[in-house]
Amino acid sequence: MLGQKEIIHKVLLYIKHYWWLMAFSLLFAAIAVVLTLYLPILTGDAVDAMIEKGRVDFELLKKLLAQMTVIIAVTGIAQWLMNVANNRITYLVVRDIRRDAFKKLQKLPLKYLDMHSTGEVVSRMIADVDQFADGLLMGFTQAFTGVLTIIGTLFFMLYTNVWITLVVVLVTPLSLFVAAFIAKKTHSMFHKQSEARGEQTGLIDEMIGSQQVVQAYGYEKKALKRFEEINGRLEGYSLRATFFSSITNPATRFVNNLVYAGVGITGAFFALNDYLSIGKLSRFLSYANQYTKPFNEISGVITELQNAITCAGRIFELMEEQEETEQSPVKKKIETASGEMDLEQVYFSYVEDKPLIQNLNLLVKPGQRVAIVGPTGCGKTTIINLIMRFYDVYNGAIKMDGIDIRDLSRENLRSHYGMVLQETWLKDGTILENILFGRKDASREEAIEAAKLSHAHSFIKRLPQGYDTVIKENGENLSQGQRQLLCIARVILCRPSILILDEATSSIDTRTEMQIQSAFQKLMEGRTSFIVAHRLSTIQNADIILVMKDGKIIEQGSHEELLGKKGFYADLYMSQFAIK
Amino acid sequence: MKSLLIYMKDYKKECVLGPLFKLLEAGFDLTVPLVTAAIIDNGIGGQDRGYIMRYGLVLILLAVVGLVCSITAQYFAAKAAVGFAAKLRFALFGHIESLSFAEIDEIGTSTLITRMTSDINQVQSGVNMALRLFLRSPFIVFGAMIMAFFIDVQAALVFVVVIPLLAVVIFGIMAISMPLYKKVQGALDTVLGSTRENLTGVRVIRAFHREKEEEAQFCEDNEFLTKSQLFVGKISALTNPVTYVMINVALVVLLWTSGNQINAGSLTSGDVIALINYLSQILVELIKLANTIVLSNKALACAARVESVMEVKSSLELHNQFVEKAGGKVVFENASMSYKGALEPSVSGVDFTANPGETIGIIGGTGSGKSTLVNLIPRFYDVTQGCVKVDGQDVRDYSLEALRSRIGIVMQKAVLFKGSIRENLLWGNENATEEELKEALEISQSMEFVEKKENGIDSFVEQGGRNLSGGQRQRLTIARALVRKPEILIFDDSTSALDYATDARLRSGLKNLSYHPTIFMVSQRTSSIRHADKIIVLEDGEVIGMGTHDELLKSCEVYAEIHYSQYQNEKEAQKGGTVLC
Repeated sequence: MLGQKEIIHKVLLYIKHYWWLMAFSLLFAAIAVVLTLYLPILTGDAVDAMIEKGRVDFELLKKLLAQMTVIIAVTGIAQWLMNVANNRITYLVVRDIRRDAFKKLQKLPLKYLDMHSTGEVVSRMIADVDQFADGLLMGFTQAFTGVLTIIGTLFFMLYTNVWITLVVVLVTPLSLFVAAFIAKKTHSMFHKQSEARGEQTGLIDEMIGSQQVVQAYGYEKKALKRFEEINGRLEGYSLRATFFSSITNPATRFVNNLVYAGVGITGAFFALNDYLSIGKLSRFLSYANQYTKPFNEISGVITELQNAITCAGRIFELMEEQEETEQSPVKKKIETASGEMDLEQVYFSYVEDKPLIQNLNLLVKPGQRVAIVGPTGCGKTTIINLIMRFYDVYNGAIKMDGIDIRDLSRENLRSHYGMVLQETWLKDGTILENILFGRKDASREEAIEAAKLSHAHSFIKRLPQGYDTVIKENGENLSQGQRQLLCIARVILCRPSILILDEATSSIDTRTEMQIQSAFQKLMEGRTSFIVAHRLSTIQNADIILVMKDGKIIEQGSHEELLGKKGFYADLYMSQFAIK
Repeated sequence: MKSLLIYMKDYKKECVLGPLFKLLEAGFDLTVPLVTAAIIDNGIGGQDRGYIMRYGLVLILLAVVGLVCSITAQYFAAKAAVGFAAKLRFALFGHIESLSFAEIDEIGTSTLITRMTSDINQVQSGVNMALRLFLRSPFIVFGAMIMAFFIDVQAALVFVVVIPLLAVVIFGIMAISMPLYKKVQGALDTVLGSTRENLTGVRVIRAFHREKEEEAQFCEDNEFLTKSQLFVGKISALTNPVTYVMINVALVVLLWTSGNQINAGSLTSGDVIALINYLSQILVELIKLANTIVLSNKALACAARVESVMEVKSSLELHNQFVEKAGGKVVFENASMSYKGALEPSVSGVDFTANPGETIGIIGGTGSGKSTLVNLIPRFYDVTQGCVKVDGQDVRDYSLEALRSRIGIVMQKAVLFKGSIRENLLWGNENATEEELKEALEISQSMEFVEKKENGIDSFVEQGGRNLSGGQRQRLTIARALVRKPEILIFDDSTSALDYATDARLRSGLKNLSYHPTIFMVSQRTSSIRHADKIIVLEDGEVIGMGTHDELLKSCEVYAEIHYSQYQNEKEAQKGGTVLC
């Protein structure tokens, strides 16, 4: 967790880029506040210029009113410029933060992204940044002008009459106390409210999210009963929280009215003794209003600013995360990879005290097919994560053509791989754009060629706009199998030396899989390939089958060899045909 | 909003009293300037200390009475708003529970959850605010104008001109900026979308080294967002300065008219101060009103969204014929079903009979209609043609409760609920005995891992079953269905997370159940269904083969293809004339 000071410091660093806007904003704010406060003086003088019937000084009145008009115009312009400057600072700062956060995302290790849900990261990037923007804007527009207004009114009031000023100064903070008191009282209610709300949301989430099961088991009535119980509690807390918090406004307004009455009474006594003109009294009444306003708003502004700082904290936390370690100082590059991979005494674990892969050794010669099988959670995908360098090994080394992959840049390393995953991720965009994803310099013809090789061409042709059909969010207008074929076309276009298929066909039915398999066969010709699968039928032709269990390779060999061993693999294989 | 108002009917009293007290308070607010004017004219003018004290006390009294009134108003408003929201939430929850799968598919669960939570919260604060402010603000605005008329007709004319002008400016700016804010929201959604896309595709993006391009695209979206924010900002930044200028220009005009009136003797300086006071009250209230309108617009939009869910009627027609338990015979008669808006039916013309105690295997490619077919039995969806009969009676003639209580279904997605393993199992049958729970755990192959847990069957399951592996969750959902001892047991492709060995043990366990349900086994693996009494092969929603495993291997090309795609060796073996195993 970042301290408040650190967070504010970081925010200020962002604002610093726009220091001239800041200066502008402060300047116009000062002009607007001073002129706003000067206006009641002129109004008071104008009131004093009209004493009673026949005793109105029209010359003076004209002059005063002319001055007022000019001041009003200037104030209006200054206010607008200040608002515009504040808007600019806020939205530009927020833009910069969002941009930097996104850049950061590209450099974060997968370890971080795997551990944090997408929703959580997105909410930091969007909701938190947005909240921060609101708070910042409010802070700029209200906090600064508020402080200036308080100082300014104090000055002008003291200048007019010390005693009445004292009345105002003494009574006004009352509203602060009242607000703070109420806030403290309501805090616990709000807390209870949000707890009950959280509980209710949890129930809603479960029951509506899994409506099918609820209906299948006839749980509706019980769910409703549980809901009713929480709903009743929530109503109680909500009522109290809402009511108590809505007392704040009347209470502060009450204090303001007291101030007003106090000024009225003391002012009237001073006027009685001719210490104060009627105009000056009117000036005071208006100052009393202006002076109390920032106090009424202050609690709102503070909560908002607090909130903004918390949100900023969450964003900066993300931005402080350690980035992926780059290439080691020994910078090497592989132009064309032969496809040889060597895993030497590799140790790895996701969580420190839960060792996963221990002393893994594997030499893969160019063009060999390596299949990795084993029960779920045994570390199959971990090997892929390591050779892709999504994660770094703890000990030992992974070498490509004899070079430690940590001595290569990630870009260079990954350019030799073609990867197809179980999740068929596609971008928002056209079919063509998606095929070209890996090699944007390729031509349309090359893309179509790749699609033909991957058996995707025939279904693409049948789509309404062919290769220019826009894929809806995450490819919902395509079937799983079609999406996977596109992912394969995407890889074919890159002509990688090493192919990685991580459960690439497990979400597809076996008949479609057969088609895709033939695309894979073509793709794998002459290429080193790593295949992770849980369907054994897909891997029988592999040169090496690694059987993994609990992070260790427990068996290794070809299909026939492993069957001959009558070990874990043979069991696994025969269980497919198990007959009671 | 209109149809939602019935949930307000218990709060009629609050809905009247809240605004009423608010108006009372506003009335006191409006008298304050008059009292001040009296103090100035009569107290100061008449050099009357007692008068000043008396009227000073009146001011304080007004403040106190105002406070009491407004707190009362806040209470009634809060009570009505919170109570209304609670009733609405309850009604909506009940309503959603009654919707069939077809409607839920159409609306989407995430939408429903938002409607239940944030939308109703918005409506609640909208109602609360509307009760407090909607009458008060216009009341003060017009009240101040009327008071001005009482003081001086000529001066009051300034009010008559400035109020409509101010209203036009404030609401005009609002009308212009509101659609623009929608655009900003759209731009924000785009930024959100590209962030989410980037995160879900992180492995692919990095594998293809596309980080730079993604960044460039994000910057573009981000820039567009900033530009639209700045544009709206410029317009809405006008509100304060423009209203300030207008109200103060009105002040200048007011002072000039007052000067003339005082000179003519028809106005006192106390009156002038009262008029100035009214002017500033109007400004404050108009700005409040504008904010109220923005917020209530939001609340109305939310209310409309809630309403639209309320208006969705369940497409299932409900009958309430109670039927005694008998057998478990399921008959499909020319049954077809098309999803709403779909061009082609998902299942068409299905005809078959499942006798009590039989096991029916259903196989086919993804999207061939397997799940749809079994979903017709517990009436998660209704047939669009033909019918499905259970024990000789159309499923639509059963009450949902009676029908579903006879069926145990295990779905593809293994869903468990927060609570203990025991509580989850009891979903199947509240009154299940310890032995029955044990038997279910045993047969579903869950016992081995449940026993290993510290608290055994009473171990805690987190929401969604996050603390269990996919296979474990799946086995528990099977146990849950078994606890029910159903007459009809449906496995909707629910054994795919199990390895072959476990799957085989489960199947043999099912054979040895103490009761004999009719079993429907949907699968993509022929190994799971090859021993079924009858196998139905589906393609594009149509039955293209029906029979036993051996029959289908000979007669149904698709089935044979599916089978051999999973058992290449067997095919080779068969070519050689021998059958493996």
